[in-house]
Amino acid sequence: MGIFDYLLKKGKPNTAAVAKERLQIIVAHERRKRSQPDYLPMMQQEILEVIRKYVHIADDDVSVQLENSEDCSVLELNITLPEK
Amino acid sequence: MAKIIVVTSGKGGVGKTTSSAAIATGLALAGHKTVVIDFDVGLRNLDLIMGCERRVVYDFVNVINKEATLNQALIKDKRTNNLYILPASQTRDKDALTMEGVQKVLDDLSKDYDFIICDSPAGIEQGAQMALYFADEAIVVTNPEVSSVRDSDRILGILQSKSMRAEKGQSVKEHLLLTRYNPERVATAEMLSVADVEEILAVPLLGVIPESEAVLKASNQGAPVILDTESNAGKAYSDAVKRLLGEEVPHRFLDVEKKGFFKRLLGGK
Ligand SMILES: Nc1ncnc2c1ncn2[C@@H]1O[C@H](COP(=O)(O)OP(=O)(O)O)[C@@H](O)[C@H]1O
Ligand SMILES: [Mg+2]
Repeated sequence: MGIFDYLLKKGKPNTAAVAKERLQIIVAHERRKRSQPDYLPMMQQEILEVIRKYVHIADDDVSVQLENSEDCSVLELNITLPEK
Repeated sequence: MAKIIVVTSGKGGVGKTTSSAAIATGLALAGHKTVVIDFDVGLRNLDLIMGCERRVVYDFVNVINKEATLNQALIKDKRTNNLYILPASQTRDKDALTMEGVQKVLDDLSKDYDFIICDSPAGIEQGAQMALYFADEAIVVTNPEVSSVRDSDRILGILQSKSMRAEKGQSVKEHLLLTRYNPERVATAEMLSVADVEEILAVPLLGVIPESEAVLKASNQGAPVILDTESNAGKAYSDAVKRLLGEEVPHRFLDVEKKGFFKRLLGGK
């Protein structure tokens, strides 16, 4: 065991690992957004308005995501309705 | 036909100009006729790093506006054969470059040169997009630090969607150049490692340039750091150029240098 492993075991926080994990999450998120068509945000807004005719929900209660697989694209719509 | 290579990053201050100067010089030293273009209009700096600031008469924008010919604006490097510099304008604003103008200059240069190195400005807006639009290959300069890695990923997204090659359904060949690497801090888990950055960005590694005092010394003197053949940074850039030319060269300076007993005793670096 090298001196550095020893130092790490001694409880110095591993900030590089934190950085890596945060980056992996944000980069994956941003890549997904990039690969989505431009109309998606607008469509999300319109879906939100339609639902609001019937129930009250907040902006972030609707999430729209497009997953591309080999031969088709799947539009995934997640709507959280308020509890009764 | 020249190969057009953009040196880009998204984030500023990560080492694009340092790398453009070093790599262009390295390619010229290897016998390839090379021109390095400063795309940072309004913030010209490549001339200083190349040590030709007092020989700038005309610039890139003058050529685009037909106020000077390409040959009048190109500066022949004094130290290195086969090497030319096209400086940016210092006074104009960044909108002075036009897509048609840039294309004409690149087409003209393509006839005479083997390599055209484009030193991109920071950002992901128009200036940076202009610098990468015509590129065949891209060197993405990244520091092992969160905001730099994230910005590199964004510029990769732009290369893959907004470059001319992408628009034609082709791809720009991507290279990762990790700069200002500090093995000591990686060893103590304070800094992202080469492997971490490679894993996140998933781009083939062209080289790792260590954080080095030689870079400041080189910029003070206006001599690209690759000419400092004793320095680790200079050696690492030489290796990177060889890889760019297709040679397989093992990576160096990734691990903490073992200090001699006396050096350790004295706490020297
Ligand atoms: N490997 C390195 N070691 C130490 N300092 C460096 C290294 N690479 C770049 N620098 C310094 O970082 C600063 C920014 O570099 P520069 O090449 O101008 O970046 P950019 O063109 O991306 O804005 C400069 O002061 C330069 O000397
Ligand atoms: Mg620069």
